[in-house]
Amino acid sequence: MNDIDVVAFVIFLFFFGLVTVLGFLASRWRRAPNLDNLDEWGLGGRNFGTFVAWFLIGGDIYTAYTFIAVPALLYAGSAIGFFAVPYTIILYPIIFIFLPRLWSVSHRNRYVTPADFVQGRFDSKALAFAVAFTGILATLPYIALQLVGIQAVLDVIGLGGAEDASWFVKDLPLFIAFALLAAYTYASGLRAPALIAFVKDTLIYIVIIVAVIYLPTQLGGWGGIIDAAESTFNAFNSDNDLTAGEPGSKSLIPGGASHWAYASLTLGSALALFMYPHSITAVLSTKNRNIIRRNAALLPAYSFLLGLLALLGLAAVAAGVQAENAQLAIPLLFEQEFPSWFAGVAFAAIAIGAFVPAAIMSIAAANLWTRNIYKMLINPQATDADEARQSKIASLLVKAGALVFVLALPNEFAINLQLLGGIWILQTLPAIVIGLYTRWMHRYALLAGWAVGMFWGTLAAYNTPTLADPESHFGGSFAPLTVFGVELSTNPIYFGLTALVINLVVCVLGTLILRSANVSRGTDETHPSDYHADAGDPGVEEELGVFKTPSA
Amino acid sequence: MPTRTLLVIAGIVLAIPIVLPLLVGTYARRDPELAGIPFFFWYQFLLVIVSVAFTTVAYRLVIKHETERRAHERSEREGGVR
Repeated sequence: MNDIDVVAFVIFLFFFGLVTVLGFLASRWRRAPNLDNLDEWGLGGRNFGTFVAWFLIGGDIYTAYTFIAVPALLYAGSAIGFFAVPYTIILYPIIFIFLPRLWSVSHRNRYVTPADFVQGRFDSKALAFAVAFTGILATLPYIALQLVGIQAVLDVIGLGGAEDASWFVKDLPLFIAFALLAAYTYASGLRAPALIAFVKDTLIYIVIIVAVIYLPTQLGGWGGIIDAAESTFNAFNSDNDLTAGEPGSKSLIPGGASHWAYASLTLGSALALFMYPHSITAVLSTKNRNIIRRNAALLPAYSFLLGLLALLGLAAVAAGVQAENAQLAIPLLFEQEFPSWFAGVAFAAIAIGAFVPAAIMSIAAANLWTRNIYKMLINPQATDADEARQSKIASLLVKAGALVFVLALPNEFAINLQLLGGIWILQTLPAIVIGLYTRWMHRYALLAGWAVGMFWGTLAAYNTPTLADPESHFGGSFAPLTVFGVELSTNPIYFGLTALVINLVVCVLGTLILRSANVSRGTDETHPSDYHADAGDPGVEEELGVFKTPSA
Repeated sequence: MPTRTLLVIAGIVLAIPIVLPLLVGTYARRDPELAGIPFFFWYQFLLVIVSVAFTTVAYRLVIKHETERRAHERSEREGGVR
């Protein structure tokens, strides 16, 4: 496996070189007089049209999550992995319900981040800081997932170094790829991923369409693939004396005990996605509130392709791909079933498909740092140039932080990284989503709920070992429902959802106590009519810039 | 004031594609198969289409409600001026 496939490698290198050059040239695209302010660096000058925006949003959907993490679960016989499909199904009705309100209140009051909204609504810097901090923290493992995807591709090409090589030599190609990504993001800001997204999406759609049409014809159709995968799983279970449903056993369809895990992962992930800084920025940049609703009705079409990609994990089983590390299943499938040149194209698509979201996420997290932490708490008098510098440096630090997650946490299943981020980001939901409807919750109760939810969720994830090593930590994101030592159910449930429920209980109890003690609730700077405002209404900003100073 | 009936119906229409995928017990099974594909898989692909259909209906209802609400608000404003 460590022999380099020369043709695939050359093709991969060609595309990789192409996007690197594009990334650096992007700073000249639609050139601005200078890049030393945040609207330029962080939002590409805010003049991206619908067409560019469409490519950027596509970048949020097809990432290493879709290509590597989800199929890896199915390949490994973890039937729960297919939750990614219902997750993207319920995501859109949920968006439909609450995001138009967020759009309206943000455009009326010039909010650019969820932390801005929380500050305005609840009049609490501490709560706004908690929301901003959580946004940055939760983005790190999500970026880490992208890096694991790049690593998988490099490994299959044969660039991963020998098994006995030191960790540094083994990960050197990843470091080089990563340093280049960091360098052009630093130089070009959001323009880099926006320009690269054209290459990325073209490659990805070609690869997806060829794969989901061609592979089944080679492997006996989807029905044949599923039968073959099932008999492989059954053989594995009987060889290892496992009955279906036991920990470690493999199956095609989740058994009774994992229904709760499947449903809670679905709901938790769907509620989490639009709390992430990078997706909120994308939503707020749309022109009017009904564009969000129209897209919510059309976007599920993407779930269809996502489902077929997930099933490629089973296709890898049917094709007899032998991967020690399940993450390599899809790259290995391409290497085995396609001519080298096409495998090279697929590898490039997967790697670039991980680069674009990694760049966008790091920029969103960096903007959050500068706007809601640096400017709000550290240096309120910061100049435009100070802000741009802060964000550029923060984008480097965020990527370095993501690298720590890759190297320090078990990445047997990269999806755990994304689910860990989800546990954290979900704790901002009471302040943001419930805050959109009512101000009943007390600001300090929300803060307390957040703190308890974060603590419980992190602890629960820390205490979960991987299947292979009982001594390890952060090995999974769901377990039988046990809250502070009391076992409530033997069915495994996603920690993110449990932590959210605990968070809400603390919020409600805290609010009752604080209200009866008459603790000040602060001033709400939003008005009820803000939540229905649309483009063209009085006081509605057409475009939101991160650092657009509110006019008096 | 226009009634909120349209919004309530839209809410129910949206709740369906949220609730159906969460009832895992109703579809985590093998039969009936469709062209050799277990129910578990093809049903979820079907849910994608159901979700598009229901969300589209909700979109039309909400737009209708907003148009009515805005027309009402405009006539109130003009009535107030007079």
